[in-house]
Amino acid sequence: MTDFTDLWPILGLSLQVALSAVLLSVLVAAPLGTWLGLSAWSRSTWVRALVYTGMALPPVVVGLAIYLLLSASGPLGSLGWLFTPQAMILAQTILDIPFVTGITMTAVAAVPEDLHFQARALGASPMQARFAVLREARGGLFLAVATALGRSMSEVGAVWMVGGNIEGHTRVLTTAVVLETGKGNFAFALVLGGVLLAVALALNLAVLRWQDRPLP
Amino acid sequence: MKDSPVSMAEANHSAAYRLQNVERRRGDAFRLLIDDLVIEPGEVLCLVGPTGAGKSTLLSLLSGLAPIDGGQLWFGGHPLHERPLPLAKLRTIAAVTQRPLPMLGSTRRNVECGLRWRGVSDRNERIDGVLARLRLAEIASQSASRLSGGQLQLVALARALVLRPDVLLLDEPTAALDPARVALVESLLADERSARPTTIVWATHHLYQARRVADRVVLLLDGRVIETEATERFFDTPSDPRTAAFVRGEMIY
Repeated sequence: MTDFTDLWPILGLSLQVALSAVLLSVLVAAPLGTWLGLSAWSRSTWVRALVYTGMALPPVVVGLAIYLLLSASGPLGSLGWLFTPQAMILAQTILDIPFVTGITMTAVAAVPEDLHFQARALGASPMQARFAVLREARGGLFLAVATALGRSMSEVGAVWMVGGNIEGHTRVLTTAVVLETGKGNFAFALVLGGVLLAVALALNLAVLRWQDRPLP
Repeated sequence: MKDSPVSMAEANHSAAYRLQNVERRRGDAFRLLIDDLVIEPGEVLCLVGPTGAGKSTLLSLLSGLAPIDGGQLWFGGHPLHERPLPLAKLRTIAAVTQRPLPMLGSTRRNVECGLRWRGVSDRNERIDGVLARLRLAEIASQSASRLSGGQLQLVALARALVLRPDVLLLDEPTAALDPARVALVESLLADERSARPTTIVWATHHLYQARRVADRVVLLLDGRVIETEATERFFDTPSDPRTAAFVRGEMIY
């Protein structure tokens, strides 16, 4: 197992699961966060408390819930997703959604209220005005993406529970680190950990390059 | 006698705006109560009055984007008190707010936004023209968030003027400008009116400015219209003593 050729499928699946989960969570949660941020909901203590509590969701609890949903006798058992990458992506997406929602909501709510009116007063449709506000909140959106990426790359409990850490099928960097440590292969575990950090750094650099590119 | 909706719509078509008993409330209190005000197409109507009189509130109602709490407000033939303006009609109005906000990106990108939203593809010539006339060409590529207050105010005007609107709503558009640029803006708006019929509702604290630019002047006090009069008569022979006092520069209550 200290053969480094094993590394590539593990790294590949880690990226596939993390990037898919980030994409799906952004598709769901960025519009949701924008809507909340523009509405009076973002000032409601209860809404904020619920969204922020979502950020504290223990991955093992999400893992357990998805395990029960996807198990053969569970309501979604017929999908046959348990111990597949799809189950891992589903778990990561659910874990990312509160982060993307909360950070987007807070960033959008921080844009001055007059900006929406100003856009409408210059002829923006309601949808165009929402995008104008979202554009002003782009720093927050990038933070949301970076946070979701970091969480997805480094999470271990949920992906282990619903993926099963099956070699060549559902093994990702984090679950491999746990396994190799348990086996006493500390050198390979350390390499995996280093790779994980390097990949996280590369992804963040890419996100920040994109954020910092000059605007027209 | 009550007008039928059809004849009312026809009667109101000739005016740019007609306001009757228009109310805007905050809680139980009136912020604005306009008994009767007609704004004629193509005129420059200046709104004057002490701070907090309701000038900005009235402008926000005229923009068609703020809710009306009572009365009737017609824009052309459209009853704003019954239903919101369709987007195509909203886009004939452009408003410059009292505290304009820069949007991310360059000055040029800021001036471009309204045309972009309208899907106008031939934008460059119009944008260059407005930037040149407002002496903004030099800072066209500068980030709008780094502009000074005066520069931002000019950009806000450029954002509206580039749209060639039928109605221009201006909330103290020269408050942050030096005297030379105040004159520039005033002459530019005069040019604009001679190029195409433009109705301008212009809130200002500068009485001399109102005297220079307005066809008619409205004095607002505590959300109510005290006097509406042709400019010369407003300043020289006002009918309400409060107008006379305000014109003299006294505090009015």
